[in-house]
Amino acid sequence: MGAEQKLGNMGVVTTSLETVVNWGRAGAIWPMLFGLACCAMEMIATQAGTYDASRFGMELMRASPRQADLMIVAGRVTRKMAPVLRRLYDQMPDPKWVISMGDCASCSGVFNNYALVQGVDEVVPVDVYIAGCPPRPEALIDGFLKLHEKVRGEKLARWA
Amino acid sequence: MSHLERTISALQQRFPHGLLGTAEFRGDITLQIDSASLVAVCRYLRDEPTLCYNVLVDIGAVDYSPQEPRFALFYIVCALAQNTRLRLKVLLPGTEPVAPSISGIWPSANWPEREAFDMMGIGFEGHPDLRRILMPADWEGHPHRKDYPLGYEEVQFTFNKREIDARKKYATS
Repeated sequence: MGAEQKLGNMGVVTTSLETVVNWGRAGAIWPMLFGLACCAMEMIATQAGTYDASRFGMELMRASPRQADLMIVAGRVTRKMAPVLRRLYDQMPDPKWVISMGDCASCSGVFNNYALVQGVDEVVPVDVYIAGCPPRPEALIDGFLKLHEKVRGEKLARWA
Repeated sequence: MSHLERTISALQQRFPHGLLGTAEFRGDITLQIDSASLVAVCRYLRDEPTLCYNVLVDIGAVDYSPQEPRFALFYIVCALAQNTRLRLKVLLPGTEPVAPSISGIWPSANWPEREAFDMMGIGFEGHPDLRRILMPADWEGHPHRKDYPLGYEEVQFTFNKREIDARKKYATS
């Protein structure tokens, strides 16, 4: 089968490299498989049939940070857990994004004390914050869409 | 004669100086034990065939600050066959509180003693591996002591958002 035949009458699409790469990245973000507290339940529900994160190309929760693009910090981060979390983040290959899911991950929520990190943004850079205690799957999906928006708007100069 | 009454009279006979007092609250018996004879009392409770307290359920520590003696340890022991629970109480001073370890008698004392050490700073003499169990290894202080600061951080609202943003340390990739 020659190229002429394959192209047929579809014509030619012109676009920029930036758009194509960002489109590809936004369509297949693989989150890392880990949860820290009760928010993880909602994250699991988001993956399950009713809400179905595979509609956004995010159904593949990778158990290894080396295969993941997105870290969903689902739950409160203790001071003992913080170095572990940072290590997992460092093991993820670029480009990588972080969603801070729920009040505890974003600002420690109601636990304003010595044991917890007051906001996971002190440990890893956060792209999207999701409010809620815990946020419903709809809220997490809204966070996904916000992240996709952000990824689609990324500039070549930044990732080159 | 219930198993509990039998236990108390046996301890009173065997340890007239080690048993400092008994207290009862709504059917729960607490025996106050001198820390020097704690190990002997515990071994007797476990090994005496008529008593046979074979399970150590839990160890708790209390900070009675500013009272002196400041700390108290609670040992809840259980005789499974008789379905009887007993609470032992040991008072410890505020400066260098050290109790003898009973992890050699009931191995289940190992982790609760480490927890009491971690949270309250109570030492256990003869413990095989006394290090922190909950907090990170390099943590300073013992969080459940009453004089330990709670570590409150100012909450960010709209009126002070900028001010906190300016001094908060954000992580970078």
